[in-house]
Amino acid sequence: MSDPFTFRIDGVAVTAKPGQTIMEAADAAGIYIPRLCDVDGLRHQGGCRVCTVKAGGRSVSSCTQPAEPGLEVENNTEARNRVRRDLVEMLFHEGNHLCPICEKSGNCELQAMAYRLGMTAPTRFPYLEPCRDLDASHPDIALDTNRCISCGRCIRASQDVDGKGVFGYVGRGIHRRVAVNGDNLADTDAVLADKAMSVCPVGCIIRKNEGFRMPIGARHFDHGLIGHEIEEKSK
Amino acid sequence: MAASRLIEISPVTRVEGHGKVTIHLDENNNVDEARLHIVEFRGFERFIRGRLLWEVPVIVQRLCGICPVSHHLAAAKAMDQIVGVDVLPPTAEKMRRLMHYGQVMQSHVLHFFHLAAPDLLFGFGSDFAKRNIFEVIRQNPELGLRAVLMRKFGQEIIEATAGKKIHGTGAIPGGINRNLDIATRDRFLSQVDQMLEWSQGALAIARGYVEDHRALVDSFGSFPSNHMSIVREDGALDLYHGKMRALTPDGAPIFDMLNYNDYHKHIVEDVRSWSYMKFPFIKELGPETGWYRVGPLARMNTADFIDTPLANEAHGALKAYSGGKLNHSTLANHWARMIEVVHCVEKIRELLHDPDLQGTDLRAVGERRHEGVGVIEAPRGNLIHHYKVDENDQVTYCNLIVSTTHNNEGMNRAVKDVAITHLSGQPKITEGMLNHIEVAIRAYDPCLSCATHALGQMPLQVEIYDAGDRLVDRAGQCL
Ligand code: SF4
Ligand code: SF4
Ligand code: FES
Repeated sequence: MSDPFTFRIDGVAVTAKPGQTIMEAADAAGIYIPRLCDVDGLRHQGGCRVCTVKAGGRSVSSCTQPAEPGLEVENNTEARNRVRRDLVEMLFHEGNHLCPICEKSGNCELQAMAYRLGMTAPTRFPYLEPCRDLDASHPDIALDTNRCISCGRCIRASQDVDGKGVFGYVGRGIHRRVAVNGDNLADTDAVLADKAMSVCPVGCIIRKNEGFRMPIGARHFDHGLIGHEIEEKSK
Repeated sequence: MAASRLIEISPVTRVEGHGKVTIHLDENNNVDEARLHIVEFRGFERFIRGRLLWEVPVIVQRLCGICPVSHHLAAAKAMDQIVGVDVLPPTAEKMRRLMHYGQVMQSHVLHFFHLAAPDLLFGFGSDFAKRNIFEVIRQNPELGLRAVLMRKFGQEIIEATAGKKIHGTGAIPGGINRNLDIATRDRFLSQVDQMLEWSQGALAIARGYVEDHRALVDSFGSFPSNHMSIVREDGALDLYHGKMRALTPDGAPIFDMLNYNDYHKHIVEDVRSWSYMKFPFIKELGPETGWYRVGPLARMNTADFIDTPLANEAHGALKAYSGGKLNHSTLANHWARMIEVVHCVEKIRELLHDPDLQGTDLRAVGERRHEGVGVIEAPRGNLIHHYKVDENDQVTYCNLIVSTTHNNEGMNRAVKDVAITHLSGQPKITEGMLNHIEVAIRAYDPCLSCATHALGQMPLQVEIYDAGDRLVDRAGQCL
């Protein structure tokens, strides 16, 4: 029962251990599946749907779906990537993303995903243009929720790793968003060393006084598309 | 009796931004009044409020695609004060200076060859279709190539210090985020002597133009005014840092060695209903006589000397041209600009030989303050950034006085002066005549989008109104 088995991603045979998700098995095999809410070290949430693949003819989130022997998975195809591009584009429309003046630029997973998926400019949908106040009340941390993509990483990190619950979801449906457990961040027990403060994929959770200290050229995605580290494993 | 008319020139071409000139004529077609209107509005000072202090140098450079480095550095200097740093580590200050000299050089080269040279080489009234950079290159391919390569050199300096040719991120509060690696330094060193030779060639063209057209230069948009800039504490030209100095038309000091944190005690901004651009004046003198000019020519007037030999010699020649007195000729700005190009290249060469550029101490920290002022000499002249920041690191106040705003009254005077000389009594408005007005404005190298903190392109429109304020003629030069 615990023997490794094989399945296929875009026709390539991949070995998986029982209990591994499709994404975990793909990562180990050097195949990158785009993702935004999933990150090493936190439990899977299956929220952003950017990792959606076709598995056995069904659309599933590969970060939560277990691999199965003989499964045929469709990942890096025009159809899958088009859906992903649409999702990413809608995230830009939903928030307020001014990359040229954002300190996360070059280290931002949303921006990097847009580049990888060939999203040149978010122009197809109406902008929601939120205008949310910056929460700079905490001495070491600021929150610009205009850039939040509701990935939930900070919530999981705060609860599961820090044991705190600094962040949580409020509202429902399209109005659901991430908020702090208090009037503002200074009102919570957040500290800079919390895991929650280092997992944000975008420029929403800001470590104060660090912005722009990393020169252009040294930023994470100056050196390759998002996912290139995983893909290099297969080379 | 002919009806009085108003001429409108809109858009003004080969200036950065968008402007409109209206000329009010009386019943005899004489110029009654001429105004440069600034019709766009951007409001940077408002929307920067609430942002985090370290974002400011990156955000405000978006005011401008032509001289973003000036805004980047002026804001960074203000933020240095706010993070409590009065003296930067040498590597940080020198990297910023290198960035600034690269910027001033490329901006001046752009202005001289691409924007001004067509007028200077072919004449203000020459065929409009030929009065452009392409004709300059066609007739002088070697000169055109130099212009392109000099600009490229300046832009690559910016890229090496800020990470990108435009809108980079080099300066941070209290320092800089990179040093210069040896390979990049050596690449610049291999080109810098050539750049110096070419910049001297450009200087010779600009100086020759002024000397060969003395009658025109001395009369065209030439009027006495006060001049203002920062200078080094020993009176030398310093584009990056110094104390404020303002001189009367006769060269007497109005204020000198003024700490620029006190600028607001001496410079007041007036508003007029017909323009989004403010009209600053020196408080000591009042609005009537307190207006002043800034920019390359103003700097040549305020500086006692230049601390690089070739530019200093050229500065001496410019001073001698006006008999040791202040030079008030709008067109002499072109000469002054090329002296500064020589100065910048000399400074770049000096810095490239300085091992501090490879230093690793990039940032200092100090005791937090809540207010900061940064002043720099941008290509177009003095630039003031003033911020207040609260205990949460958020901006609560921002005031910007950009070069074009400082020059607002001067440009209006130049327009009126030229309109009186070249348009009054003429029965018909020709394109060449209208261009004389543009040339006067262009000599200030105005960046009208910066000045109103406005968005978009800036061609110019000219309209003529009669004595009854009826629009009777309109001429535009669309690019
Ligand atoms: S969070 Fe990312 S996508 Fe949003 S503005 Fe910043 S860099 Fe751009
Ligand atoms: S703040 Fe950052 S980590 Fe938290 S949900 Fe928003 S984007 Fe995700
Ligand atoms: S990464 Fe799988 S749903 Fe977000």
